Parts: sequence; C-alpha cells; structure tokens
Amino acid sequence: MIDGFAISALYALGATGFTLIFGVSGVLNLSHGAIMVAAAVAAWAAASVLNVGTYAGALIGVAVALLTAFATYFAVVKPIQDSRRIPNEEKEIFVLTGTLLWGIMIQELIAYFFTNNAKTVLPIVEGVVEILGVRTPKNEIFTAIVCCLVIALLWLLVNRTRTGKAVLAASMNPRGVTLLGLELTNIYIVVWAIYGILAGIAGVLLGMFLGVSSYSVGPLTASAFSIVVLGGLGSVSGSLIAAFVVGYLETLTAYLVSPAYRTIPALLLLVFVMYIRPQGLLGRR
Amino acid sequence: MTGFFNSRLFFISLALVVIAATLPLYVSGYVLGLLTVAFYFGVFAMAWDLLFGFAGEVNFGPTFLIGVGAYTAGILNAQFGWSVYLCIVLGALASVVAGLVLALPALRVRGPYFGLTTLVAVLMLQNFIVVFADLTGGEIGLTIPDVISINAGVNYWIALGFMTISAAILYGLSQSPIGLVLQASGQDPVQAGALGFNIVKHKLAAFIVSAFFSGLSGALLVFYFGTASVGTVVDVAVGVNVIVSAVLGGRRTVLGAALGAIFLIVAGEFLRPTGELATFIVSAVALLVVLFFPGGFLGAALSREARS
Repeated sequence: MIDGFAISALYALGATGFTLIFGVSGVLNLSHGAIMVAAAVAAWAAASVLNVGTYAGALIGVAVALLTAFATYFAVVKPIQDSRRIPNEEKEIFVLTGTLLWGIMIQELIAYFFTNNAKTVLPIVEGVVEILGVRTPKNEIFTAIVCCLVIALLWLLVNRTRTGKAVLAASMNPRGVTLLGLELTNIYIVVWAIYGILAGIAGVLLGMFLGVSSYSVGPLTASAFSIVVLGGLGSVSGSLIAAFVVGYLETLTAYLVSPAYRTIPALLLLVFVMYIRPQGLLGRR
Repeated sequence: MTGFFNSRLFFISLALVVIAATLPLYVSGYVLGLLTVAFYFGVFAMAWDLLFGFAGEVNFGPTFLIGVGAYTAGILNAQFGWSVYLCIVLGALASVVAGLVLALPALRVRGPYFGLTTLVAVLMLQNFIVVFADLTGGEIGLTIPDVISINAGVNYWIALGFMTISAAILYGLSQSPIGLVLQASGQDPVQAGALGFNIVKHKLAAFIVSAFFSGLSGALLVFYFGTASVGTVVDVAVGVNVIVSAVLGGRRTVLGAALGAIFLIVAGEFLRPTGELATFIVSAVALLVVLFFPGGFLGAALSREARS
C-alpha cells in the first residue's frame, strides 16, 4: 500500500509539470521522459562518479532537468511557435514531432555517454522501518513526503503568489494577459522553469526508488501522457487523482495478479474513460 | 487528375520508379535488402500521411495497424501452414477490422485525445503479445516457416511494385474529391459538416484505407523477414519512425512520405559506422528539417517550383 502510494505520488509529480505546460501554453511535451531520465542520470553521475555526495547529486540532477527544460523551450518549442511558415492549426503536431525528436536525441546522448544500463541513484535516506508489520524502506516514505510537499508548494505558488496568478490567468486567456501588460513569453519561461524543477525532482526520486535507464524514456512519457489525459488535459487536480488511480491500479495488479499484466488494467481504464468522458475526469472542454 | 499526368512530378516519379526497377541488375543484395525494407516503410508512411495530412488526425499508433496485420499473417502461417498469399490477404483484412475497432471510439475524440487513444492501442497490443507468448513468440519474436522468396531481386521487385501501386492508389485518392473532403474536414470540421459532407464517414473511410495498406505492408514485411517481433513491427519506436518519415518527406504530399521513409532508412544505414550516435544524428537532422523546412523535402521542392 505504501509502495503504491509512493509510486502514485511520483507519477503525480511527473504528470503535474506535464499538465501545467499544456494548460498554460498548449504544448504537449513528448520529451518529458527524456528530461526525467536526464535528471536521474545526472544525479547518479554526480554522486557516484564525481563523488559529490547524495544531496549535491540530487541538486545537480534537478539543475540539469531545469537546463534541459529551458533548452527544450528555446531550441524546439519557441521556434515552432514563432514560425510563420507553419499554419497555426498545425503547430500542435509540429510541437509534438519536434519534442518527440528532441526526446530521442537526449535519450541517445545518455545511452552514448552513460550506456543504457539501469542506474540507481543512492537514496538520501537509507534503512527500513516497520509500519503495521510491513518492512518499508525509509526511502519510499521519503519519496512520498517529498512529492506531497512539492505538490503543496506548487499549489501555494500558483494560487497565492503574483507570478502564480499570472500563470493561472495565462492558462485561461493568453490574450487577456497580454492586454494587462504582462509579457506572455516571461510567463512561459516561468512555467518551463517550474516544469523543469518538477520533472527533475520526479526524475531523481524515481532514480532512487526504482532506478532508470535510457530505455525508460518512452514508458515514462507514455505514463505521464495517459495520466494527464485520464485526469483531463490542463487540470492539475485531475491529474493528481488520475495519478493515484493509475498508481494503485498498477501496484495492485502487479501484486494480486501478475507483474506481466501490470499496465493492462490502467490502459483499459483509460480507453473506457476516453469513451465515456472524452475530456477526462476533471477536464474542461 | 489529368493535370497530374502532364506535371513534372509525374515524370520525375516515373523516372525514379524505372531507375529503381533496374537496380537489381547492378547493385549488391545488401543494398537491395535495405531498399526492400525502406519501400515497405514507405507504404507505412504514406498510409499514415493519408490519415494525418488529409484527415488531420494524429495517429500515434500506426504500428497498431501494422502489427495486427503482421502478426495475424504470421500466426496464421505458423499455426495452420496456410499459403503465404492467403495469409497476407487475411492479415490485411484483420488490420482493417482492427482499424474499425480503433476508429469507432477514437473518432469520437479529437486532437491530443485521439492521439493518445491510438498510442494506448499500441501499448495494449504490445502487452498482449508479451502475455500470449506461446502463440506470438512473446518478446523474442515469432518465427515464420514460409517466406515470399529467398531471391533478393524478387523480393525487391515485389516491394517496389507494391509501393508504386500503393502510392498510385493513395495519391489518386488524396487528389480525388474524397481527398478534398478529408482535407476540408481536417482543417475545419464544423464548416465541412455544414456544407453537407458526412465527416465521420469520410474519416472512417480514410482510416480503413490507411489500415488496409498498413496491414498489407506489415504482412509482406513479415514474410520478407521471416520473423515477426515487437521490435520490428509494433514498438512505439517504429511508429515514431513512420511519423518522422512522413513529416520529413512533407505532410499532405503522400509521395513525400515514401521519400522520407527511404531517406530515413538509408541514412540510418550510412551512419551505422558512427555506432550508437546514428539515431541521434538522424533525429537531429529530422528536427532541423521540421524547424526550418516545415513543408518537408517534397513540400519545399514543390513550393519552390510554384514560386518560379
């Protein structure tokens, strides 16, 4: 159960950044998994190759994710959005293709420099505790707590600060925000920064919890994508709920039925929800 | 349509096909094998372009249709030993059925949601193949007793002929009134509907045609390789390749998609000496094309011709 909670919290953290970007700038970032893996691998490399310690390693991982997120925005997303040769209604697909290619490039670079063996980042907290008679690694509890804290912080940031309100406003009506004299590009940069940090934390925690390799890029992107769609694109609370549903469904199937069937019920649920309620659980049309 | 037969594009494509048809006379079997695969990929990309470029639907799961066709043909052949051609036809039909099953719920939703539904279909297929490993060979792949031919030249000609015929049909379809309606419903579904066209029917038709060619090509590819595995016909990475080649060659051109696929496969082979960096370089080139020539190869060439 705690296992499921930790996995769900991780999914939630990863998916929140993804949905935030979509909500504000309408961008589906398919290099999401690559950014998470880049963060985890950077944390691993810093901690075990350069010997800078686990805390510094984790920080470096998050910093790398932040830089990669910025690179994604400035090198791929912005040129496409500003391009005059691409008709407006087709920008979405170009962003999809562009970020997809970008993600593959990051993945290949990681595989080239760090091989595609699975890497496990040294956990910040070690040891196990007994909770209700179940041996639980402290790291798992730590993961869950960090995820909840970060999500709470994000909520405060979005709902209680000036910048956050600008971001929220931009997701509702981009043109209205520009009329109020706020530079839309600045808001996008803030959002990508938040996204980079979220993806970085999620990536590093995932690296500590399950370990990552360059092969996990695709599945990570796919799971974030499906959670976000399940919850309703652009709805942060929707993706939180969806993340827990998917996380528990996967963990329960793995425990009760067989690990081979792990992803199937979640996928079936997704198809079912798409059929009944195409806009997702809490989505707006 | 008659204008096409006089256009420069027609003569260039005709010349290319004729040159390609004589290749087995003077190049090695290795090159032929490479191009054979590239031609089948070309059909995948063209079938995808019909759906995306014209109907405006982003299908992230071209490999769902390809995979169903490929595996149906492969399993029928391996289990019952039916003749290769019967299996190929049945594979294509299975793919059409799969396309219908996928299209009915998927066409209720639009844009990213549609894309996701198709992506989920691929993941499900992948999971089922692994779960029913005793029938499908699981992750290792399915070995198929029969192949079309062991002669590289014959295989090459079949692939080339198949691609040429598919290209002609798909291109003709895209230029026909049906193609125009599809294009209209892709760009502005409400208005196209208001003009009295049944959008859902047209999109469904596009889906079926796309599924038919994907499945046929997938089945042929399986009998060329002699194996069917998740890595060659189902994996999301294969689908990504199909999408990249269509966008690279120029969306909404159909023929460009085939060029893009051939480029992608040949370039991947040329870059093999660079080892693991090959995919990186190909993706980087593709990204640059997407950023700077959004029309793709053929799109850029055509617009230059139109300007002069």
